[in-house]
Amino acid sequence: MNRTALTRLVPFAGLFVVALLPMVAAPFTITLMNYIGIGALVALGLVLMTGFGGLTSFGQAAFVGIGAYATAWVTTVHGLSPLLGLGLALLLSGAVAMLLGVITLRLGGHFLPLSTIAWGIAIYFLFPNIPGLGAHDGIRGIPPITLGPLSFAANWAMYYLIWGLLVLAMWGVANLLDSREGRAIRSLRGGATMIASLGVDLFRMRLVIFLIAALLAGLAGWLYAHMSRFISPSPFDIRPSIEYLVMAMAGGAASVYGAVLGAAIVVFLKNWIQDILPYLSRNAGQLEIVAFAVLLILLLQYARGGAMSLMNRLVPRAPQLPTVADTGLDRRMLPPAGETLLKVEGATRRFGGLIAVNAVSFEMMTGEILGLIGPNGAGKSTLFNLVTGALTMNSGRVSFLGRDITNAPQANIARTGIARTFQHVKLRASMTLVDNVMLGAYARTSSGFVQSMLRLDRGEESRAACEAMAQLELVGLADKATDLAGNLPLGNQRVLEIARALAADPILIVLDEPAAGLRKSEKVALASQLRAIRARGVSVLLVEHDMDFVMGLVDRVVVLEFGSKLMEGTPAEVRASKAVQEAYLGGVV
Amino acid sequence: MDMQIATILAVDGIATGAIYVLIALGTVLIFSVTRVMFVPFGDIAAFAALTLAMLQMGQLPGTVLLVVVLAALALVMEIFDLWRRSSLRLLPRAIAYYGILPCLPAAVAWLLQGVRLSFGWEMLLALALVLPIAPLLDRIAFRPLADASALVLLIVAVAVHFAISGLALLFFGPEGFRTEPISRAVFDVGGVVISAQMLLMVGAAAAFSGLLYLYFEKTIGGKALRATAINRVGARIVGIRPQRTGTIAYLLGSVLGGVSGLLIGPVATLYYDSGFLIGLKAFVGAVVGGLASYPLTAVGAIAIGILESYGSFWSSSLKETIVFSALIPILIWRSLVSTHHEEEEEEIA
Repeated sequence: MNRTALTRLVPFAGLFVVALLPMVAAPFTITLMNYIGIGALVALGLVLMTGFGGLTSFGQAAFVGIGAYATAWVTTVHGLSPLLGLGLALLLSGAVAMLLGVITLRLGGHFLPLSTIAWGIAIYFLFPNIPGLGAHDGIRGIPPITLGPLSFAANWAMYYLIWGLLVLAMWGVANLLDSREGRAIRSLRGGATMIASLGVDLFRMRLVIFLIAALLAGLAGWLYAHMSRFISPSPFDIRPSIEYLVMAMAGGAASVYGAVLGAAIVVFLKNWIQDILPYLSRNAGQLEIVAFAVLLILLLQYARGGAMSLMNRLVPRAPQLPTVADTGLDRRMLPPAGETLLKVEGATRRFGGLIAVNAVSFEMMTGEILGLIGPNGAGKSTLFNLVTGALTMNSGRVSFLGRDITNAPQANIARTGIARTFQHVKLRASMTLVDNVMLGAYARTSSGFVQSMLRLDRGEESRAACEAMAQLELVGLADKATDLAGNLPLGNQRVLEIARALAADPILIVLDEPAAGLRKSEKVALASQLRAIRARGVSVLLVEHDMDFVMGLVDRVVVLEFGSKLMEGTPAEVRASKAVQEAYLGGVV
Repeated sequence: MDMQIATILAVDGIATGAIYVLIALGTVLIFSVTRVMFVPFGDIAAFAALTLAMLQMGQLPGTVLLVVVLAALALVMEIFDLWRRSSLRLLPRAIAYYGILPCLPAAVAWLLQGVRLSFGWEMLLALALVLPIAPLLDRIAFRPLADASALVLLIVAVAVHFAISGLALLFFGPEGFRTEPISRAVFDVGGVVISAQMLLMVGAAAAFSGLLYLYFEKTIGGKALRATAINRVGARIVGIRPQRTGTIAYLLGSVLGGVSGLLIGPVATLYYDSGFLIGLKAFVGAVVGGLASYPLTAVGAIAIGILESYGSFWSSSLKETIVFSALIPILIWRSLVSTHHEEEEEEIA
């Protein structure tokens, strides 16, 4: 048996051990395992949010608390079924997450994580102040979960319920990460501009993963309340929130299994610390958090990949080629050649006092290759960003096939049929080539979060894979499909970006210095690839410095200088222009 | 609520807000220069007050041990670093910076144990004792992560808070302290009682904000700090060392934090972990300024003080919830006014 096949068996072996554990383990071990399972549910949400999506929450325990209090209130105050409690737990934690998410997720950087501390504390202080929630004494006598004749009162029964739900949740999250939406989630951290240019709505993406994490925490709260049968405010404070974060980090925030591993590490460590600390100090309870804080700092300083990265080193996993269907995705009807494609009128962009682009107007026809040239600092890249929506313009108008796209969100512009590449290559270094190109097909596919989690997206996925392979074939990288993009030389990375842009089935492809850093032979190959793209009916707009490359390739040239349009015309006209010669070479003596 | 109560609450709120102003300014200062959202900053304020209280009771402040432990840790890390880079010739300087300098105030406090000094000297000693804490934490926790993303630095900062507040419990004990008031004078202005302590709080906030402004605008050191905040790489190219400006930012911030602690000491009973909430409230104020604008930060911090004062009048048990919920409308407002530039956030792992 080879190594890859062995690797695939690991999850099943784990499942087997989990299923048989209650037959052999001591009751106390089962109790610990229940805590691990509950912690892992919360940590799983953090793995999705923090590890993959780059959003940090210091307030997950508050969602656990909402879930726990919701079900405790339903089952004790109203004497209703724990299943109704589950409904309310999920509804409330979801609703609170939506509200907080809508408010905080538009702000980047530090605002989200720090506001999670603030609302985490606000919610924690709220619990003892809501009438009917037992103030600081908490709520006693929460009934066990029953499902018809099944009762989950026994410790081992609760064990199966917790771990059953955990395995389901892990399956769902793993499926999600290996899907259309998953590729976008995995690009959120550090790839925001790039995926927006592919038609991904960043805000929605962040909101959904924040919501999933909150629902997992709410579910964990429901399980916790019915397992311990008693709740008080203290387990939903900011400290347990830190513990959940330690779990995700210790296990390895970039792995679904890391959540379980991390929860196990933290729960066993906590148990061990509680055994030894009383011998060290009277204030043992407080010192526990010191130990965890120090552990978290050491982890971040020396092992940011967590325990899972060590495991992966022991049992390496080779990337797999996805299932490739025989037919690709549907293509759009390209407009016939010779129509007005892109019309820029008076585009102006100021950065403080500097006018980077000053009232530039030009038109572009379908089926054309148009070059945008100009000395350094002429405003070429800024103009590109205005057209693709990466920057907003101060005044002016852009229309695309007669539709006004002035200052439209980047994702919407992408969906109208404009695909772009970047001056500084933006690829996901840790994803395979084929995954990178499939990311380009995001706007052409439609499987949502629920479909992806339930594995109902496979048909569409395999057609997207077919599309991606076809584009890789076109640029000559098909034989490296399962390599990691970060391992490619720069020249290949540039054409990989073009393949990704083509996977979006664009009407217009916008290339920002595609030949920069390429060798002579690579430039020749690139030029012929671009001609082939045009032959398929796709129009090409490019910014380029290499005059040989531009003049031999394009139909027309627009020349910019100091943010203003100097002239436009055929390559021959531009070459002959005195004004262009002066701009590039200084005045002719 | 009649007009008089409303006025009293407002005056009280402004005084509390003045404390938050100092802490919020320090937070923004440290954040802009080092990219570290220094969560334990509120702790520095609380430690200053606890230190002064223990000095006034003639006890050896817990800060002495805290600083010695941190200095030892920092020194060990520094020596290990030097040894690994095989530049042990820098050893004497490392010992001076990390071993001797931070421990000087601690040594003074230890030598003068039990001796009551005059009020001003005690305050100065308390301030000097807390000054090394933040720079030492910087060396221990943050410097090994100089290349990390702002997010990782933030997670570490939260962890550092919990670590040192746990240590503070060991060194200060679980009891709460209140320091002697700086002045007991009380003025009656149109039926509203204003204590000299309140005037002092507001005055100190104004004075230190003014000094900070002068430092940034008029001195080369202040300009180096601003340069580092705007562009680290650029600052480096013109010969500014980010590590050194970072240490200066931590020291300046600690002065602000320490002073606010000394001012709050006589009006509130502080415990070893009181700093966290104080720091967070100041942060809510700093959010008003987008963690960047000093004047807006000051306005926000005062507003939080007033809100807290009215909040505790309406419902003292819901006070914290009210103050932290204020973050929500503030954030909505910020998301409307700031054209957020999508900063490329680096990978964590």
